Amino acid sequence: MANKPTRPTDPLIGKDSWNIQLDSNGRLKHFLTIEGLGSDMLTSILDTAESFANVNEQSVKKVPILRGKTIVNLFFEASTRTRTTFELAAKRLSADTLNINISTSATSKGESLLDTLQNLQAMLCDMFIVRHSDSGAAHFIAGHVAPHISVINAGDGRHAHPTQAMLDMFTIRRNKGRDFGGLRVAIVGDLLHSRVARSQIHALNILNTGDVRVIAPKTLVPADIEDMGVTVFNDLKSGIRDADVIIMLRLQKERMQGAFLPSEHEYYSQYGLTEERLLAAKDDAIVMHPGPINRGVEIESSVADGQRSVILDQVTYGISVRMAVMSMVLGREPEQEETEAKQ
Amino acid sequence: MDEIAKPEALLEKLADDLKKLLVERGINNPLMVGIHTGGAWIASALHASLGITQPLAMLDISFYRDDFSRIGMNPKVKPSSLPPQVEDKHIILVDDVLQTGRTIRAAMNEIFDYGRPASITLVCLVDRSGRELPIQADIIGQHLQLGAEQHIKLSGPEPLEFVIT
Repeated sequence: MANKPTRPTDPLIGKDSWNIQLDSNGRLKHFLTIEGLGSDMLTSILDTAESFANVNEQSVKKVPILRGKTIVNLFFEASTRTRTTFELAAKRLSADTLNINISTSATSKGESLLDTLQNLQAMLCDMFIVRHSDSGAAHFIAGHVAPHISVINAGDGRHAHPTQAMLDMFTIRRNKGRDFGGLRVAIVGDLLHSRVARSQIHALNILNTGDVRVIAPKTLVPADIEDMGVTVFNDLKSGIRDADVIIMLRLQKERMQGAFLPSEHEYYSQYGLTEERLLAAKDDAIVMHPGPINRGVEIESSVADGQRSVILDQVTYGISVRMAVMSMVLGREPEQEETEAKQ
Repeated sequence: MDEIAKPEALLEKLADDLKKLLVERGINNPLMVGIHTGGAWIASALHASLGITQPLAMLDISFYRDDFSRIGMNPKVKPSSLPPQVEDKHIILVDDVLQTGRTIRAAMNEIFDYGRPASITLVCLVDRSGRELPIQADIIGQHLQLGAEQHIKLSGPEPLEFVIT
C-alpha cells in the first residue's frame, strides 16, 4: 500500500499485529482492524460498498460473485444487528452461511477453541466471521487457521470493530461528501469500553478528518486516548459545538463492574443527547449510533427518531459495507502458498 | 487485418438490420438493454433511432463475470438499471464487441435473475474472432479477423471510435 501504517504498535494486541491482515501483494486477506491500513484501502472499501448499495436497492438483491463459498458466523458473544447483517451480506453475495452459536455448542462440552476451528476447517469453509468478548480473539484465530481461510473481526473485546467503523465512514461520506478534511466529528459516551470508538478514531484519522473529538466523563476516558490524535472534552455542550457529525456510543452496562458512574440518571442529565443540547451542533449535523440504543440513557427518544438521526441508515449501509469487505477478501487471486495448501 | 468501418456507419447498418429483424419476428416495443460501457453508448443511439418507447436499460455485469476470482473486485461497478419486470419481455441486448462470448453469458445470467424474458436478440457492433462459448449475435455491424494478441476497444461516447492495439 502507498500509505504508511499509522501506528506500529497496538497496546491491546501487540507489535505489528495488523500486518497479518494483508497478503504479500498488499491486499486484504483478513479484516481484523482499521489500524495500519492506508487511506486508499479504506476508500476502496467505501467505493466498493457504493456499488453494492445499488445491488441492495434492486428488487433482486443478489449477485453471484461468492457462489460456492462457505462463510461461518462464529459468535462467542451476543449480537443481533451485526450477525444478521453479516449473514444477509453473505447471502446477497450468494455465499452459503452457517451460524454457530458457541455458547450452546461444543465449547460448552469442553472442546477447545482450536479444536472447534479445526473441525470447521475440515468442513472446507472459506471464511470465519468472529465476535468475541476478548480483545485479540480474531487475531488469534487468524493466526491459527489454515492459509486458505480468511477471518473478519466482528468485534473483539474493547479492541476493534472494523466493519462497524467502515459503515460509519460510509454513512458520513453519504451525508457529508468524500472530503473529511473540513469535518468536525464528536464521539460521545463510554469510550473506555468501546471497540467501536477505537476503530472509528483510527478510520477518521486515516481519512484525514479535520477535527476529531471525544466527549465523556473522566472515568470513561482511556488514559492513552489523546495519543490517538483526538481532543478530549468532559462537557457535552462545548464538545459538540458546531459539530458536523455526532456519534453517540452505548453505555455498556454489561462491561461495567466498577463504580464508573453514579447512576444512569446522572449520566443522562450530563451526557444524554437531548433536542435542546443538539442545538449547539451545526444545523445540518447528523446523529449516529452503532446500536443498540438505550433511550433515555445516552440519547433522547425524539433525537433518536428525529430528522437528524441516520441511525437506521447505518444499519442499511452495514450490509453494503460488509458485502464489500467479504468480496474484497474472498475475491483475491490466491497466493502461491495458499493454492498449494488447498490442493 | 481487415479494414474497419467507422462506428457511425456501422450504427446505421445495425439500425436498418434490426428494424427488419423486429418486423420479421413480429416484435413490438422491445426492451433495449446496453452492456456497460460501450454497449450502453450503442444501445442509446439505437434506442433513439428506432424510437423505442420503453426506457433504455443498462447492465454492468462485473458481479456476474466468471473470472471474478482471478481479476478480483472492481470498486467502480455501475448500477444495473433493469426494470423490475423482464418477465415475458422481448429483450434486445446490445454490446460493442463480441469476442469470447463470456460477457454475453454473464449478461444473460443477470437478466434471468430478474425473470424469464420471452426472447433475447443480440446486437453487436463488431463480431471479432476468438469465441470460447457457443454464442452468436443476431445483428452484426462488421466481422473482424483479429489475432489473439490483438485487442479492439470502443472509445466514446463523443465521438465513437475504435482503438486497435
